[in-house]
Amino acid sequence: MAVLAAEGSTIDALGQFRLGHGLGEVGGSVNFTNANEIMLLAGAVILGLLFFGMKPRAIVPGRLQALAEYLYDFIYNMCVDQIGEEGKRFFPFIFTLFTFILMGNLLGLFPYFFTFTSHLVVTGALAILVIVLVTLVALRIHGLHFFSYFFPAGAPKLLAPLIIPIEILSYLSRPVSLSIRLFANMTAGHVMFEVFATFMLMLAGALGALGYALALGPLVLNIALMGFELLVAFLQAYVFAILTCIYLHDAVHLH
Amino acid sequence: MVDGEGKDEGQAGGDPRHASASFEARLAAARVRQGLDRPEPSSAKSAMPMSPIGLGLRVGVELVSALAVAVAIGYGLDRWLHTRPLFLAVFVPLGGAAGVMNVWRLVAPRGSRGRR
Repeated sequence: MAVLAAEGSTIDALGQFRLGHGLGEVGGSVNFTNANEIMLLAGAVILGLLFFGMKPRAIVPGRLQALAEYLYDFIYNMCVDQIGEEGKRFFPFIFTLFTFILMGNLLGLFPYFFTFTSHLVVTGALAILVIVLVTLVALRIHGLHFFSYFFPAGAPKLLAPLIIPIEILSYLSRPVSLSIRLFANMTAGHVMFEVFATFMLMLAGALGALGYALALGPLVLNIALMGFELLVAFLQAYVFAILTCIYLHDAVHLH
Repeated sequence: MVDGEGKDEGQAGGDPRHASASFEARLAAARVRQGLDRPEPSSAKSAMPMSPIGLGLRVGVELVSALAVAVAIGYGLDRWLHTRPLFLAVFVPLGGAAGVMNVWRLVAPRGSRGRR
């Protein structure tokens, strides 16, 4: 979340998304950013959860093991339900994608942590990865028959010059909408945090004791917003993963 | 107490199945909420109050992203071939149509969207 920055009377809502160097001097010399730090942390948290969660191998799971199993089951069922039996092959990919985005969103909610999913570069790279994979899977399974995807069966041949470009544009717009949805949701939430937090500082600074009392308003709003952002963090990771599943379903079954 | 535990172990085969069944139901509900899976179009829409906002946001993103891709392609082709307004004028309506088609795929019930 945000490092509070109320410089005079301006609201520096976007300063929190500025990239800095991570890991001190060494990080600075190799351009290791604070976003990379959180990415590594997110990976470590997931691996730690799976490793230490599954270590007891209890038949009746403890809390951590239940969480790890639930996470596994959740994604596994999503793959099988959305893609079909072939979905099992894509489970590791979807699981990695989902947990990485989820951890990025959730870790970003901690104060002084950087939200790497609020950068279009990151979400765009993930979306391009997804769409390239989907296209390669479709080409691998169906060969050149894949291109019939752009012309729905039963449509009049006369409309082909119109339908084919539209279908191709619709296909190409998938990574754009996929990345923008995640990026916009995360950015908007964190900007709102920053704005309300700055209101608190401004009120307290300008009105003294009365300002401290009035600052309770934005504080309550921010607390409510935190609950909402927890929901959004989970929901957006879920949406990203399930849309990937739907695209993979289209790639595997074509029509 | 001891009796109850013994009973639980006896039903160990049935218990997880029950848990996974309730999980399936919740997963289905979550998917309906997101407007991603519409088994019954009648019950899906009104089930969750969260749905309209989420759907509205998604519709907006779908429309704009298709148009953005079209404008990017049109502008790029024009720059490359020095035919300034031509490809932009061709691709912008196509992008709008593609956006509308994205939205149609989003809101149409699965059976009637042309491809399954």
